Amino acid sequence: MNRILRLRRLLALLRKEFVQILRDPSAIMIAFVMPVALLLLNGYGLSLDAKNVAFGVVMEAQTPRTISLYRAFVDTPYLASRPYRTADAAETALLDREIKGYIVVRADTVRNLSDQLKPQPYLIVVDGVDANTARIVEGYAAGVLGGWYQREATNGSLSSIAPGVVLEHRYWFNPELRSTSFIVPGLIAVVMTLVGALLTAMIVAREWERGTMETLMASPASVLEVMLSKLLSNFVLGMMAMAVSVILGLVLFQVPFRGSFLMLALVSALFLISALALGLLISTVARNQFVAAQITFITTYMPALMLSGLLFDIASMPQWIQDLTHIVAARYFVACLQTLFLAGDISAVLLPNAIILFGFAIAFSLITLRRMTRNLEG
Amino acid sequence: MAIGPSPAATDSAAANGEPIAAPAIEIRDLCKSFPRGHDRVTALDHLGIDIAAGGITGLVGPDGAGKTTLLRLIAGLLTAESGSIRLLGHGIPAEIEEIRPEIGYMPQRFGLYEDLTVAENLGLFGDLHDLPREAFEQRQAELMHFTGLADFTARLAGNLSGGMKQKLGLACALLAQPRVLLLDEPSVGVDPISRRELWQLVRDLSGAGTTVIWSTAYLDEAAKCDSVIVLQDGRLLAAGQPSALITGAATRAFLLPVKPEERRRRQRQLLALPGVRDATLLGGHLRLVFSDGVPAEDAGLAPELAAATPAPARLEDAIVTLLREQMPAPGQAVANQAVAPTAPVPPVDTASTDTASTDVASADAVIAVNHLSRRFGNFTAVDDVSFSVKRGEVFGLLGPNGAGKSTTFRILCGLLPASSGSATVAGIDLGHARADARQRIGYMAQRFSLYGDLSCRENLRFMAGAYGLDRRRFARRLDWAVAAFDLGGILDAVCSTLSLGHKQRLSLAAAVLHEPDLLFLDEPTSGVDPLARRDFWLRIGLFVESGMTVLVTSHFMDEAENCDRIAIVNRGRLLALDTPGKLRADCVTPEQPDPSLDDAFVTIVQRSEPGGSPELQA
Repeated sequence: MNRILRLRRLLALLRKEFVQILRDPSAIMIAFVMPVALLLLNGYGLSLDAKNVAFGVVMEAQTPRTISLYRAFVDTPYLASRPYRTADAAETALLDREIKGYIVVRADTVRNLSDQLKPQPYLIVVDGVDANTARIVEGYAAGVLGGWYQREATNGSLSSIAPGVVLEHRYWFNPELRSTSFIVPGLIAVVMTLVGALLTAMIVAREWERGTMETLMASPASVLEVMLSKLLSNFVLGMMAMAVSVILGLVLFQVPFRGSFLMLALVSALFLISALALGLLISTVARNQFVAAQITFITTYMPALMLSGLLFDIASMPQWIQDLTHIVAARYFVACLQTLFLAGDISAVLLPNAIILFGFAIAFSLITLRRMTRNLEG
Repeated sequence: MAIGPSPAATDSAAANGEPIAAPAIEIRDLCKSFPRGHDRVTALDHLGIDIAAGGITGLVGPDGAGKTTLLRLIAGLLTAESGSIRLLGHGIPAEIEEIRPEIGYMPQRFGLYEDLTVAENLGLFGDLHDLPREAFEQRQAELMHFTGLADFTARLAGNLSGGMKQKLGLACALLAQPRVLLLDEPSVGVDPISRRELWQLVRDLSGAGTTVIWSTAYLDEAAKCDSVIVLQDGRLLAAGQPSALITGAATRAFLLPVKPEERRRRQRQLLALPGVRDATLLGGHLRLVFSDGVPAEDAGLAPELAAATPAPARLEDAIVTLLREQMPAPGQAVANQAVAPTAPVPPVDTASTDTASTDVASADAVIAVNHLSRRFGNFTAVDDVSFSVKRGEVFGLLGPNGAGKSTTFRILCGLLPASSGSATVAGIDLGHARADARQRIGYMAQRFSLYGDLSCRENLRFMAGAYGLDRRRFARRLDWAVAAFDLGGILDAVCSTLSLGHKQRLSLAAAVLHEPDLLFLDEPTSGVDPLARRDFWLRIGLFVESGMTVLVTSHFMDEAENCDRIAIVNRGRLLALDTPGKLRADCVTPEQPDPSLDDAFVTIVQRSEPGGSPELQA
């Protein structure tokens, strides 16, 4: 056993790793500067909310009632409405991409509002190129119209026949429907995927570049000791990077946190080990820092961003891509973090995901240990 | 000083019943190749050799000969495809774990942690070798004293000079008192003074019983070893004691006095004669090597040889003889060539070559450098350097890595502005019209800077385009280059698959394609075999005779004999400037009656810096 793992050698290697971390700014850059930069960029840039969407209101006649409806469209913060005289003018504006959609308020429809027996047709035209925004705009417009109708009815200007069904909406976990609250936890998971893998991949690649790996291999240090020293030292660094990211999310992005920090630390640790081990695995292939960085971006960051359910709902992906998402560890970490931040310690969600993360950590470590050979072949 | 193998190790070896005379390393039929593109490159080709215990074995050969691969195989860092290695009676790599503590290995790039201090580096390797605390402390103190690093234990390894890094690497490799020490090109990038100190350290070790393998590209270094192994293309070219190899080659060397202005022409003439194995420039002489079988009379040299004096044979003579027997002699091919390299140029006055003084009248100076300095922050890379080079001269900038050669070079190429002072190239002030000056210069960079994915023809076409040659002129120059550099067979070969010698030829062809007046060569022959190096300098000689001016940097002192004048630079300052013969003559002392340029360099540096090794003052 002492050939494979000796405490003294492991401690010596660990000491070396920490001295290097303290003296070489590159590890600090990856661990602290990069997550902050990525969170700031993506946290502010990536928002699925649509606000101030340009919208047209076509008023064929100006009556107190149409003006009051137009006001309603102007007052909502979600739409930036502008008036048009004719539907043709609004259509031209839509084609010129000046507005995302428009509503046609015909003089007679508004006049006939009191005539409850007739259905009230309104034409809402939406630019459907971006389906997501289109649906949101359509929802906003319908909401404004509905709200206005209710108000007019209670004011008594319309005959107050209550509609048959009243829908009362209640959004759980994210009552204000802030997409930031939902995105930032997932983003932390994606950022940690990159940080974890990059830390180990770059640091080992640097040892190859500087020729120190060759000396290590010629010394009695075993592969297990070298791997453990890299994992443990960067684990400490990675957990600190995680803490910085969480603090940033809580303080700067005002994301609520409803779970326990103990649980957060536990799932983060499991995920981090799998990410660090993946980085080591990359370093068995990439022996210079440039290639290591490229491979890490392509194999960790991209899948984590695309296939983790952060940006795109996994359930609506084609089946084969859904199958593919199962090998993206970030997927399980995203689920854990979103649950911990927005819902709480829901063991029904956290436990299975944590078990899977544990499986990833063990699997990547074992594969890496097998792949890391103690020679320069490869 | 207990630097050699520990008494315990020796005892256990004796207990194992190892006969004293058994070789330390036995290599049988060793083969190793590496993938490159779709095929494999052979690094070692059925190599078989015994390496005796104790003493220094020099492992010599040009780049790509297989030196590093062999050392890595012995250290168990690579696995051979076939064949076997036994080290101190243990099979490698199967039993490497048992024998690992007995192997000290220093890779080519030091293998030190630059972010760690000297003491931390040693401590790390002490722990990795699991040395008992007290033994480690004692050993560390010994090694620090032994290597002269005792005053620098708190300094970061990255802040040490090349020579000191090398010594620290050696100390780390010696911590566990190995019985076998493998050193991969320990003298590369180290100044001659540090190199001598390192050599002395290793010599002391071998005297104490350690078996040392010292790999090197320098034959003069190999000649000092107890035995040498000469590799060429992964095969064993020769092995044995240097003296035995020299005798065995059965060559005779003479120094033939020659007029300076004729020396390059005479060199080519003589090389073309049968029986002449080698002819090299050496100050005011041509150094000729004959194969023993051919009497000098047959070579038609009798009258001239009367004036020649016998010279001691060198290991290089033996190696060159062996190489010439194996392959077509490229030198003679060049010697027989009469291809004019460039457009006609005015006749050259080289009459005063060997007696040239340090100051050439600036009127006929092609390069004039006046009080040139270049600073990077606090660091002065070039410190008040002045020299001038006249037309048709080969001028050498000689010094170790970090001396300021490359910086001076880049300023003269117009790639880097000077901090102060002035430089004129071909009459163009580099302060103003750098692009114009560049058009007049051919530049051959270190490591050749060719495009590996392009064929030779494409590389040449690219260079022609970069220098604005039109299609017709390119066609004409391509024909010339193919003939002058013998590129016919490789013109459509992809560059990365070429041998180092071919790459060197192609690179030189690319540099002179646009018919420059000046040729700048940065470490042009480092790593290539002796024949390719001779071939290279013969071609340069042809250019020079047609009026081209050549500026060359080198840290390889003996190569500088090919220059007409040399500037010796160290730590940014110009220490001496003269002809090679004169520089050597100035350094003759009773202790060194016949100094080499390497000796001369050491003497000049030591004279300039009283107090010994410049590093220890750093």
